[in-house]
Amino acid sequence: MSKVDTIIAELEAISKNPKKAMDDFKAKTGKGAVGVLPVYAPEEIVYATGYLPIGVWGGKKQISKAATYLPAFACSIMQSIMEMEIDGVYDELAAVLISSPCDTLKCFGQKWKGKSPVIQFVHSQNRNIEASNTFMVEEYKVIREKLEKILGVTITDEAINNAIEIYNENRAVMRMFSDVVAMYPQIIDPIKRHAVIKARQFMDKAEHTKMVRELIAEIMKEAVVPYKGKKIVLTGIMAEPDELLDVFKEFDIAVVADDLAQETRQFRTDVPAGTDPMERLAKQWQNMTACSLATDRDKPRGQFIVDLVKKHGADAVIICMMKFCDPEEYDYPIMLEDFEKANIKNLKIEIDQQSVSMEQIRTRVQSFVEMM
Amino acid sequence: MTETEGMNAKQKLAYYLDKSYADANAAHSKGELVCWSSSIAPAEFCVTMGIHMLYPENHAAAVGAKHGAIEILELAERKGYTMDNCSYSRINLAYMDLLVEEKKTGKTPEALQKLDELKVPRMPLPDIIITCNNICNTLLKWYENIAVSLNIPYIIIDTPYVHDWPIPQHTIDYMKEQFKYAIKQIEDLTGKPFDYEKFVKVQEQTQRSVAAWDRAMGMAAIVPSPLSGFDMFNFMALIVCARSQFAAEDTFNTLADELQVKADAGQDAFKGGERTRIAWEGIAVWPYLSHTYKALKNLGMNMVGSTYPGAWSIHYEVGDLGQMAAGYCKMYSNTCLDNKVNVISDVLINTNCTGILYHLNRSCKLMSFLNVETAEILKEKTGIPYASFDGDQTDPRNFSEAQYDTRVEALSEVMEQMKAEKAKA
Repeated sequence: MSKVDTIIAELEAISKNPKKAMDDFKAKTGKGAVGVLPVYAPEEIVYATGYLPIGVWGGKKQISKAATYLPAFACSIMQSIMEMEIDGVYDELAAVLISSPCDTLKCFGQKWKGKSPVIQFVHSQNRNIEASNTFMVEEYKVIREKLEKILGVTITDEAINNAIEIYNENRAVMRMFSDVVAMYPQIIDPIKRHAVIKARQFMDKAEHTKMVRELIAEIMKEAVVPYKGKKIVLTGIMAEPDELLDVFKEFDIAVVADDLAQETRQFRTDVPAGTDPMERLAKQWQNMTACSLATDRDKPRGQFIVDLVKKHGADAVIICMMKFCDPEEYDYPIMLEDFEKANIKNLKIEIDQQSVSMEQIRTRVQSFVEMM
Repeated sequence: MTETEGMNAKQKLAYYLDKSYADANAAHSKGELVCWSSSIAPAEFCVTMGIHMLYPENHAAAVGAKHGAIEILELAERKGYTMDNCSYSRINLAYMDLLVEEKKTGKTPEALQKLDELKVPRMPLPDIIITCNNICNTLLKWYENIAVSLNIPYIIIDTPYVHDWPIPQHTIDYMKEQFKYAIKQIEDLTGKPFDYEKFVKVQEQTQRSVAAWDRAMGMAAIVPSPLSGFDMFNFMALIVCARSQFAAEDTFNTLADELQVKADAGQDAFKGGERTRIAWEGIAVWPYLSHTYKALKNLGMNMVGSTYPGAWSIHYEVGDLGQMAAGYCKMYSNTCLDNKVNVISDVLINTNCTGILYHLNRSCKLMSFLNVETAEILKEKTGIPYASFDGDQTDPRNFSEAQYDTRVEALSEVMEQMKAEKAKA
C-alpha cells in the first residue's frame, strides 16, 4: 500500500466511524465530545474547552420513529439525525450546538429528543452593518457561557485565539488539498476526496492538518498527467451517500472543486486577525459569501461557482440538491440563470441520505457525461 | 364626511383593499415609489416617506382564493422552483416574471391576462422591497431573489430567532441599528432626509389601527361569538396592508361596533348554531376557504381562536424604537416552543376553545415542524383535544377535502363527547 493510500485509508476509517473517533479521543484526553449540527458554528469555542467538536450531519438510516415528529417534507439530514436522536446515538455527547439559519433548524433546536443539553443560537442575516457583528459577539458569548456551565470549564480568550490559529491552519491546508485534488484526479477519486474532507468533522483539527499536509506532500511527488475523464464542480449541501460518489467514479467524473456546505464552505473563510476572539469569530460570519444560508443582497453564489469552473477548467457543474432544503432550492433558479449566461453545463440531482437506489441518478449522470 | 361614510365593515374592507392596489398602480404610473413588503414587516419607515406599500402574501392569497394558482405555480416550477417551496413565494416570483415580461415586450402574457380575467388585482413592479423574517427565513431567500432579479434596494429587518425567552437585549439593540440602516436606504432611494415628525404621526396611526384590530378581534372571546374566524381571515388582509393607515382603524372600529351589536343581541356567527368552539393553528387554506369553513359550520364548530390576530397586535410607545423592535420580534413562530405554547394556550383560554385544529402546511415549515410538540404539550396542559390535517396555503394540489372532513369530524366527536360529559358532571 502506498503512503497516499495508507493515509487515506486511515482518514476514511475515521470518516466512517465517528463513534470510534470520539471514544479514542476520550481515551486519550479524558474529555468528551460536543456535537455540532449543520451548517456553521463557532467550533473554536468548543475546541478551546478541550472537548472534541464533532460534526452531526446525519447518515444513511432507515426512517421510522422520526416520522412521528417530522413531516415527510423535512430534509433528509434532519430526518436521519432525528431518528438517531431517538435511538440515543448522540446521548454520549456532552452538549450539542444547533444554529438556526433555516426554518427547519429553528424548529429542530426546540425538539431535540436526545439526552444531551442543546445550545441553540442564531446567525445574523443583515450582515452588512456593524451591528451584525455586535449581535454575533453577544450570541457567541451566550454559547461560551453555556459551554462553561455544562462542561464545568473556564474558556479563556487565549484558548479561543489558539483554537482559531489551529482552525485557520486547517482551513488553509484543506483549501490546498482541494486544489491538489484538482491537479491529481487520477489519484484522488470523489470518494477519497470526500473521506479526507469529512474526517475533519471527527478529528482534532491539529491532527487532521498534520495528516492532510503529509498526504499533500506525498501526492505532489507524482507527475501531473492529463485526466481522461470529465471534471466537475459540485454545489449543494452535501454529496452523500457514498453510492452517489460511486456513480461519479464509475463514469470517470473527477470532483475538481466544490461549493458544498459540508465540504469547502466549512473552510473557505478564515477567521480574520485581531485580538478579541469573539469579535474575530463574529467577523468571520460577516465575511462569508456565496452561501445559501448567509443572506446576501447581491446573491454572488452563481458567479462564484462560474469562477470555480473557470479556475479549474471544469466541464460542468453538478447541483446536489438536498431535497426540502429551502435555502438551497431558492438559490437554484438564480444560479441556473448565471450558469446559462456563462454557458456552463449543469445537472441537478436530488440528494436524499436515505436513498436506496441510485439507478435513476446513474442514468441521468450517464447521459449527462455523454452530452458533455 | 369621510369617503367611507355609511359603509359597513365588509364594504369598507373591499373599498380599502381595492384602493390600496389602485393607489399603488396610479403612483407607479406617475413615477412614484412602490415597495413590496412581507406581511409583518414594519411599514412605518416607507409609509413615512410616502412610498406605496404592497404585500405579495396578500396578493398570492387572493390568487389562491380566486382559483388562479395552479397555472402560475407551474410557471415558477418551470423556472426551477420546486413544489416544496412556499406557494406564496412561487406565485409572487412567477408573477414578478410576468410583469417583467410585460414591461419588456409591451404585451400582456397569457397567464397574466387570465389573472386579470379572474379579477386578481394588479401589482406594479416594486422600486424597493422590505422583508422581516419574524414569520420565516424563507422570506429572506424569496426577497433576495426579487432584489437580484430586479436590481433594486432590499431592506432586511432581521429578527433573530428567539430560542430562549425572553427576547435578549442584544437582539433589540441589533434591530434598532437595522431600523437606522433601513432609514438610510430609504433616504438614499428617495434622495430626501427622513421625516422624523411624520414618522411620529405614522407610529401613532399604527397604534390606533392596532387598537381597533384588537378591539374587533377581541369579540371572538364572547360566548357565543359574533365573529367567525373565517371572517377574521378575510379582514386580516387589511391589517396586513393598511396597518399604518387610517383605513385599518376605520374598518376595524366599524367591525367592532357591528359585532358588539350582534353580541348584545345574543347572536353568534352561525345564527345560533355555535355548538363548539375551536382554535385554528396555522395559515388558512385559501383555495379551499369555503370548504374548510363549511365543513366546520356543518358541525356547529365555530373557529374563534387563532394566533393570527396577535400577530399584528404590535404595541409600542410612539418614539420608542426598542419597543417597536420587540413588537416585531415577538411573533410567536419566531420564538421558542415554550413561548409558542404559552401564546396558543392564552388564545385557547381567552376564546373559550375546547378543541384545536392544526394545519400541517406544506408551504410553511416554521408553522408546521413544531406542531406535534405543541399539540402534545397543550393537550397535557389543558386537556383540550386536537386534530391535524395536511394542506397548503395556496397550492390546491396539497389539500384533500376528504382527509380534512374526516379529521374535523373526528375532532368534533371527541369535543361533543367531552361537552356531554362535562354537562353530566
